[in-house]
Amino acid sequence: MAIRERLSGNEAVATAMKQINPDTMAAYPITPATEIPQYFANFVSNGSVTTEFIPVESEHSAMSACIGASAAGARVMTATSSQGLALMFEMLYIASGLRLPIVLVNVNRSLSAPLNIHNDHSDSMGARDCGFIQLYCENNQEAYDNTVMAVKIAEKARLPVMVCYDGFITSHSIENIILMENEEVKNFVGEYNPEEFLLDDKRNISIGPLSLQGYYFEQRKEIADAMIDSKEIINEVSREFYKITGRKYELYEKYKLDDAEIGVIILNSTAGTAKEAIDVLRSKGIKAGMLKPRCFRPLPFEEIPEEIKHLKALAIMDKTDSINGYSGPLFSEITSAMYTSNINVPTVNYIYGLGGRDVKIDNIYEVFSDLEAIAKTGKVNKMTNYLGLRGE
Amino acid sequence: MAYSIKDMVNKEARFVSGHRMCAGCGAPPIVRTVLRTLKEDDNAVIASATGCLEVSSCIYPYTSWKNCSFIHSAFENAGATISGVQTAYNALKRRGKTTKNTKFIAFGGDGGTLDIGFQSLSGAMERGHDITYICYDNGAYMNTGTQRSSSTPHFADTTTTPAGSKIPGKSQMRKDLTEIMVKHNIPYVAQTAAIGNQKDLYEKAEKAIYTEGATYMSVLSPCPRGWGYPTDDLLPVTKLAVDTCFWPLYEVENGIYKVTYKPAKKLPIEEFLKVQKRFRHLFKEENRWMIDQLQKEVDQKWNYLLKQEEFTNSLDK
Amino acid sequence: MNKLLKIGSNILKDGNSVEVLTGDWKSRKPIHIKDKCTNCMLCVPYCPDNCIIQKDNIIQDFDLNYCKGCGVCAKVCPFKAIEMKSED
Repeated sequence: MAIRERLSGNEAVATAMKQINPDTMAAYPITPATEIPQYFANFVSNGSVTTEFIPVESEHSAMSACIGASAAGARVMTATSSQGLALMFEMLYIASGLRLPIVLVNVNRSLSAPLNIHNDHSDSMGARDCGFIQLYCENNQEAYDNTVMAVKIAEKARLPVMVCYDGFITSHSIENIILMENEEVKNFVGEYNPEEFLLDDKRNISIGPLSLQGYYFEQRKEIADAMIDSKEIINEVSREFYKITGRKYELYEKYKLDDAEIGVIILNSTAGTAKEAIDVLRSKGIKAGMLKPRCFRPLPFEEIPEEIKHLKALAIMDKTDSINGYSGPLFSEITSAMYTSNINVPTVNYIYGLGGRDVKIDNIYEVFSDLEAIAKTGKVNKMTNYLGLRGE
Repeated sequence: MAYSIKDMVNKEARFVSGHRMCAGCGAPPIVRTVLRTLKEDDNAVIASATGCLEVSSCIYPYTSWKNCSFIHSAFENAGATISGVQTAYNALKRRGKTTKNTKFIAFGGDGGTLDIGFQSLSGAMERGHDITYICYDNGAYMNTGTQRSSSTPHFADTTTTPAGSKIPGKSQMRKDLTEIMVKHNIPYVAQTAAIGNQKDLYEKAEKAIYTEGATYMSVLSPCPRGWGYPTDDLLPVTKLAVDTCFWPLYEVENGIYKVTYKPAKKLPIEEFLKVQKRFRHLFKEENRWMIDQLQKEVDQKWNYLLKQEEFTNSLDK
Repeated sequence: MNKLLKIGSNILKDGNSVEVLTGDWKSRKPIHIKDKCTNCMLCVPYCPDNCIIQKDNIIQDFDLNYCKGCGVCAKVCPFKAIEMKSED
C-alpha cells in the first residue's frame, strides 16, 4: 500500500535513504544538499536507522570515506552539490575505477566563479566523464524513486550512481508524493553482498593498486563495458520497480513527442514548465513535444535520435555552458548521436537558467516560436542561444 | 610479558618479500615490525597514501600485504579512507558479515601525511575513529625524487630546495606533526624509530594499535637515495638521528609526555649531518652558521620535551 | 565487448609479491660467518626485504632470491658475522 505524503525533494530523498538504511554514510554539508545529511543525522541520532554516519571534514574526505567503507563491504550513500562535487572530482573517478556501487545524490547547483548557490547543471555535467551512472529527476517523486532504484542499479552494474535533481526548485519545494512502504523498499533493495571486499572473513585482498601499461588499458575498458551493460540493468531494475509501484521509468520520458513537429530536449525541473507550455501550444493547434532524458550516463545515443527524427525543428536545452565556443554538453552529445545515426533535424542549442535565473513559461514559448520559424524555413540562423539574458 | 627480539621475529611477517622499495629503504623494516605487534588471530586492514610504500608494495597483480587486507585510493586521503573502512566494520560486524577482530592502520609518507593529506588525517583523528595512523617520515617526497616537504629538515638540500649559492637549501624549520597531533586530544601519540632491538618501535606500535580510539605515530624512515648515504648505513644513520636528539623518542598518553630514550652521551648535530650528502653544503666555511642554528633548534626542541615531560607528569591525573 | 579478461584491479591473493624475485637487483651479497654469529636475531627485523631466514632463533640462510645487496644486515650485526661480497 503506498503512502501519500507532501515532502520537499531533499526530505523525499532522505526518507528513501532512511528506508534503504545503508551501512554507512559519510557526508559534508553544502547548500542545497545540506538538508539530506541533516535529516539523516536526525534518523541516526533517534535510532530510526542503524547507519554509521561519518561527519567528515570535507567532500573530498566524504567520497574517500565512502570509498573506504564500500571497499570494506558496506552499502554506502552520500549527498553533495556544486563545489562539493567539484572537490570530490578526483575521488569520483576512483570510485568508478574501483567498481564501487556508491550512490551519490547530487543536488544540482551552479559552479563558481562567481559564487552562486542556485540551480543549474554545471556540477553534474562537469563530472559527466567520471564513470558514474547519471540519473536526472524532474521532481521530488522522481528523486525519491531514482534514489531507491539507484542502489539496486549500482550494485548490479558494480558502478557508482549519481542521482541529480535541481537545487531549491526541486530540493526545497514541497510537492505531493507517493512513498513506498518501508518493507517494500527493504525487499526491493535486498541485502548488499559483494564478492570482493576488504573485511571478507574468507580472504584478505588488496584494492587500489598501481596498475601499469600491461594492465591499465584492459581494466579501463572493463569500466567502459560496465557502463554499456548498465543500460539494460537500468531498464531491468525500472521494470521491477514498475511492478511494485506502478510508476514507469525508462531511459527517457516522451511528452506528446510522437506526433509533434517541433520539440525540445530538457533535463530535470524545467521539463515541468515545458509540459505546461506544450499543453497550451497544443490547445492552439501547435504540435509541440518534448523528450526528457532520465538517464544521461550511459547516453541513450541510439534511442534518442530515433525518437526525434520526425521533427521539423529541435531545441536542445542546456542548463550549463561548456565554455567551448560552441555549445552546451547536452547539445553536443545528442547532435553527435544524431550524426552517427544519420539523422539530420534542424537543431538549435539554448543555454538557459544559469545560477538559478528563473525560467518562466514565456521563455519556453519563446523557444517554441523560434522552432516554428525554423520548421517553416528549414534553416537555423543562430545555433547557440542564451535564453532569458538581461539587457539582450 | 617483557619484549624480546627473539620472540618478535617469530611472529608472522605480514609485509613480505618481493616489494620494490629501494635497497636499504628504512620503511619496510618499520612496517614489518609494526604489523608484528598484531595478535596472531587478529585481522587488519591497511590503508596507504600514494607514496614509495604504496607504489612499491601493491603493483598489479602483486601485493606484499599478507594476512591483512590493503586499500589505496589516493594521495591525500589515507586518514579518511581508513576511517570509512573502520566505520563500515562497525556496521558489518553488527550484520554478522565479518567476525574477526580487526585493526585499522594507515601508513603515509611525510608528504602524504604532513602536507597533502594533513586535513584528511586531522579530520579522522578528531572524529576519534578506532584507527592508527603511522607516518614513515623520510623528510621529503622521495617517490617523486626528493622534493621538499614540510618535514624536510631546515637547510637540507632537496630537488625543490637545492643548495644554491643564493638560497642554501630549505629555508624553513621542519613542521612537527607529532606535536600537532598531541593537540588533537587523542589518547596516544608517539614518535619513534627502529634502533637497537627495535623495542621502542615495537612497544609504541603495539600501544598505538591496541589503544582504543584514534592514535598517531611518527616513525623516522631514513632514505639512502634522498639523504645521500650508503645503503648499508640504515641503522647507524638512524642511531645518529636519535643520539643527536634530531629525532627524539617520546610518547604522549592522554597528554602526559614520556621521553622514552635519553642518550647517555648526546652527540652534536654535526655527527648526524656529516654522513649525509643533503647537508654537505653546511660544511662549507660560509655555511657553518647553519650547523650552529640547527644545533640551537634541536636543543630548543629537546629541552622543550624534557620540560613537557616534567610538567605534564606533575599535573594531577 | 571484451568480456574475456574480466580481471578488475583487485588483487585477490594476499602476499603474492613473493612471486617477484628482486634478487637480481644486487651487485653484492651477504656472506654469513657462522662461527662469529651468536644468533642474537638483530639482523632479522632490519632486512628491508625479509630475506634472513631463522628457525627457532637460529639463522638458517639468507634468501638471495630477494636480497637486493643493500648491506644493512652487515652494519647491523654487532659481531661482524655478516660480510658483503661483490658478485662479479
